[in-house]
Amino acid sequence: MAIFPPVQRVWWNEPIERTEILWITISLVWAIILFFMMPYWHLAGEQNLSNEAYKIRPEVFAERTEAMAEKYTVREEGDTGIPVVRPPAGSDIYMLGRLWEWWPILELEKDQTYRLHLSSMDYQHGFSLLPENINLQVHPDYEMVVTIKPNRAGEYSVVCNEYCGIGHHTMVGKIYVVDK
Amino acid sequence: MANDANFRTCPDTGFKIHLPADRLIKWNAVTGVVFLLIGGIFGIAVALTRWPTVHLLPADMFYLVLTAHGFNALLVWIIFFEMAILYFASSVLLGCRLATPKWAWAAYALMLIGAVVTNIAVLRGDSSVMFTSYVPMKAAPDFYLGIIVFAVGALIGCFVFFGTLVIAKREKTYEGSLPLVTFGAVTAAIIAVFTIGSGAVILIPTLLWSVDLVAHIDTLMYKIVWWALGHGSQQINVAAQIALWYALAAILFGAKPLSEKVSRTAFLLYILFLQLASAHHLLVDPGLSSEYKIFNTSYALYLAVLASMIHGLTVPGAVEAAQRKKGYNNGLFEWLRRAPWGNPSFSGFALSLVLFGFLGGISGVMMGTEQLNIITHNTMYVPGHFHGTVVVGTTLTFMAFAYWVVPVLWQRELVFPGLAKWQPYLFGIGMGLASVFMMGAGTLGIPRRHWDINFADAVMSYDFPGAAYLMMGLNGLAALIGGVGGAIFILNMVGTILWGKKKVKAAAAEEKAPEQPAAVSSYGNAGTLAVPGTFTLAMVFLVAFVLYYFVNWKYLAGVWPLS
Repeated sequence: MAIFPPVQRVWWNEPIERTEILWITISLVWAIILFFMMPYWHLAGEQNLSNEAYKIRPEVFAERTEAMAEKYTVREEGDTGIPVVRPPAGSDIYMLGRLWEWWPILELEKDQTYRLHLSSMDYQHGFSLLPENINLQVHPDYEMVVTIKPNRAGEYSVVCNEYCGIGHHTMVGKIYVVDK
Repeated sequence: MANDANFRTCPDTGFKIHLPADRLIKWNAVTGVVFLLIGGIFGIAVALTRWPTVHLLPADMFYLVLTAHGFNALLVWIIFFEMAILYFASSVLLGCRLATPKWAWAAYALMLIGAVVTNIAVLRGDSSVMFTSYVPMKAAPDFYLGIIVFAVGALIGCFVFFGTLVIAKREKTYEGSLPLVTFGAVTAAIIAVFTIGSGAVILIPTLLWSVDLVAHIDTLMYKIVWWALGHGSQQINVAAQIALWYALAAILFGAKPLSEKVSRTAFLLYILFLQLASAHHLLVDPGLSSEYKIFNTSYALYLAVLASMIHGLTVPGAVEAAQRKKGYNNGLFEWLRRAPWGNPSFSGFALSLVLFGFLGGISGVMMGTEQLNIITHNTMYVPGHFHGTVVVGTTLTFMAFAYWVVPVLWQRELVFPGLAKWQPYLFGIGMGLASVFMMGAGTLGIPRRHWDINFADAVMSYDFPGAAYLMMGLNGLAALIGGVGGAIFILNMVGTILWGKKKVKAAAAEEKAPEQPAAVSSYGNAGTLAVPGTFTLAMVFLVAFVLYYFVNWKYLAGVWPLS
């Protein structure tokens, strides 16, 4: 019994029960499938994160974001006048997270690709794009680059899902995807 | 051998129990249960706040209480109880005196002081940084200090355990190899040492940073090292809980492992691979390569998952073999039907095995897949997963063990045996449902650690579908049911210890552990019957696993292309 020493001191020499061997074999095959699904998806799947990332100072990232906004703002929205920015298809687009907003609002064209740059000005934030349910972790001092291809038109929300202090639950941004 | 006057013989089990170990096991277990009560109350408050129509607490209190819930329920309760398990698995199972009881008391004192210090820091309101305390969000210095002091205590406890093993070997208190349960406890203790070491590496600099002695902590490095603590400590739980499964199978059924070699090798795989796992929490973070993520998140080649799947067969397999030997041999499942479902030690054990595998295990592998993490990271799916591991797995197992060990050590009868019969079902099914509803809410995008999914104070908002609100409401309801189960457990334990009826010598019927291995034949095929029932159940598990896994790939394939 498991609460007493095994009868034979050298338990390594025991034969293994047949059911166990069968189950271990099945489990091992499944483990290998689980493993190779990940590299397989890198080759065949469409949803993979790039490994492109840079160390960056928050003020530099803010400058780049503001430069993009200055160039491509098409209108302002709401009481706070947050800019809606429509950068050209295929370009580098920026969204920054800070206490407690995602800035600016982006307007993208359907079925076009964009290089989305994300970073934080202060704490860590969580970029949760809804209703797609795409979730990325956003760090200060790191710039993450992901190529996205919005394939459905509509209004998307970016909810912060990394706890970032007392106003965390008010941190929501927007991305519009429009037909050309 | 040490002075025999320092030992008593347990009338139920025949174990020779070292009196200082006896006291230490009791104090660690009881302290753990007190913190379970505290953590549980905070947990109910969290669930009721996240129930949209109730929305109990204001925002600042919610984040405070959520931090306190994580710290007490995930760390303090579990580690205190694990100290009791380590002392039990060494001193009691090996019939050996506990090494350096004074150090063990020092360990206990440090853990208690650390737990109190951190709790004060949290309750004061200036350290609502969540259990994970991601930099650069700063808590008060005593928040980190308390955790460090607690961890030093736990580390000392591990070394008392190792010391006891050395003494038992030298004083020849047992013959041959360690019992399997002790072997599992060794696994847990080795992982604990690694984990606590990682904790020191990250929390000491963070403490210094919080008092401005260190200028900067890199956020990515913090997460990688912190999760060697945060995830590693969950692997202590897995190892300890599986060791207890084997113990309960032996105690309740006289079951012996199908083969020692397989079960022990599976524990060994845990030591080698299970603690790799910190990348689970960094799969959608910048700055790490896919190669690293894939290697780390899969525990090399899912070899730790393989180990868990092995235990998932061999634990119930041992029970089946024992039951069949007793003559419950009809059909596939007579052995299971005729199991003592009214004994909370058994029902808790059986439920935790099933729920841990189906809820915690499958969801953990799914969410730990590099790309699938994109659709689950930081959503309610994550707490859904770990309530499936830590609550209905570890905590329920510890409860099941407590129903056996508390009456035995204190020599008292349970005060409310009728309630105890229902308790594992209430707790297991309540918290199991909570876990399912949280995962459901997560797949609809509900964020974790979030006070207001209505976004009432926000400039912009998002309308979650009605189903998401329903899930969060049902989660609150299920947590209440689980909470009632938890309360009954605590009432039963405290009641039994304080005013339980003293056991009469002869009446020690139910918890009686089987006698020494006279009845056990030698190991290996010869003595073991086939276990077709268990194998069938294992295949059901596998099919559920495969289907669920690929369904989530299908979900992933439906979202925006990313590269």
